[in-house]
Amino acid sequence: MTSRAGTWLLRGATGLTLAFIYLPLLVILLYAFNTRRTLVWPIPGLTLKWFGKAIDNPGVRDALVVSVKAALGATAIALLLGSLAAMAVARHRFFGREAVSFLVILPLALPGIVTGMALNATFRNLPDPLGVQLGLFTIMVGHATFCIVVVYNNVVARLRRTQASLEEASADLGADAWQTFRFVTFPQLKTALLAGGLLAFALSFDEVIVTTFTAGADQTLPIWILSNLSRPNQLPIVNVVAVFVILLSMVPVYFASKLSSERTLVGAR
Amino acid sequence: MAAFWRLDPFTAEIVHDYGFQNFKLLWESDVYRAITQRTILIAAAVTVTDALLAFPVAFYMAKVASPKTRNLLVVAILLPLWASYLVKVYAWRIILQEQGILNWALDPLGLSGPGFGNVATWLVFSYLWLPFMILPVYAGLERIPSSLLEASSDLGAKGPRTLWRVVLPLALPAIAAGSIFTFSLTLGDYITPQLVSSTQFIGNVVYSNVGVANNLPFAAAFATVPVAVMVVYLLLARRAGAFDNL
Repeated sequence: MTSRAGTWLLRGATGLTLAFIYLPLLVILLYAFNTRRTLVWPIPGLTLKWFGKAIDNPGVRDALVVSVKAALGATAIALLLGSLAAMAVARHRFFGREAVSFLVILPLALPGIVTGMALNATFRNLPDPLGVQLGLFTIMVGHATFCIVVVYNNVVARLRRTQASLEEASADLGADAWQTFRFVTFPQLKTALLAGGLLAFALSFDEVIVTTFTAGADQTLPIWILSNLSRPNQLPIVNVVAVFVILLSMVPVYFASKLSSERTLVGAR
Repeated sequence: MAAFWRLDPFTAEIVHDYGFQNFKLLWESDVYRAITQRTILIAAAVTVTDALLAFPVAFYMAKVASPKTRNLLVVAILLPLWASYLVKVYAWRIILQEQGILNWALDPLGLSGPGFGNVATWLVFSYLWLPFMILPVYAGLERIPSSLLEASSDLGAKGPRTLWRVVLPLALPAIAAGSIFTFSLTLGDYITPQLVSSTQFIGNVVYSNVGVANNLPFAAAFATVPVAVMVVYLLLARRAGAFDNL
């Protein structure tokens, strides 16, 4: 039904939109090699010196360590809870099943600031013996709230495509619950878990909003960027860190998209 | 819950008794009402912009492009969706600033960029959430059988008419699904307005009340506003059939 002119029009619109999406990322990339300290355009020349400075910067290194630890912790929590919830919802019927699947997905639809504030209020009002200091642990828990969703989505989609009869057959053949999980369910889920885990890592790694409410004095890499934006001296290093953060969040997602054929990558945050 | 508590004016301690004083302040103060209005208006503008930008791309991906190009495009849209949010805002801050690229490119034409402000906020939000709109709309359009489009043209409808009478009604649930993301993400954001504008959004007020002023109850009260708006929006979206398209 689309005429020739229509096709070209659509092609042009798509090209323009892609340019709109990618140009700002390219701009950051260029500025990371900028010889000048200030962000004027056009840039006077290219240099690699800021990369060295960024690696030597203790603030950047501390933030990187916190970020990686938080992302790994959140991913671990999300993998465990997300896949358990997914298995319960996909394989069993129980009272409140719909409610569980709704509650797991809710953090996606809630504005980040609400999640952040709710967590902040909860952590601060915990009764004494359970009290926690805002820091690495609370960042992990905060990130896990929305990382669970991506793992859950991936695993549920996979479980819906595979049949429960395989697990029943395994049980009929005398395998106990653990053996069935280890040799039948897990191999089917492996790539879904890997994809979910990669996405969770990427999601956690560049989260800002929830982190500002749960981090306390600790800085993750995005928080470091945020707090250094207003310091003109630091801007060249910020550019380098920005490029690094882009790469570190895009590479896992690229692999995740190779791993999962399901359309479960849309719902971020 | 914390929204109903209040801040003791003398000790600045949180008093745990319940009352509506925070909500009353929200309703009666012009400042907060203006902020709420601005937030919702910009969220709506961003949603409309993204729907307009996303539709041609999604249509091209779903109905025109070859399977290979389509997969490439899906990945090409997917990657920036996950790329660091903060870095993207920062990139726009560089582009929009006084000596940035935009002014440099527009200068020969005798124009200048919008600078920092509401227009910048709208632009950056539209940029940030665009992939969140493209992907659901693409998925929705892909589900429309091509035979319907052929039938429409066999019956004598021209391209635009088919688009308006056949494709658009069928794609509406998917657009509604995408709009949930664009709308809710804009409502809850406070970093973008802080970086590319000097005006305040609901999020900024909430953030400064938690962090700086330490008035958790008032922040909680204001934070219920986007939640309430979102609940209403989700109910409307459900009626448009958006939930099957998430």
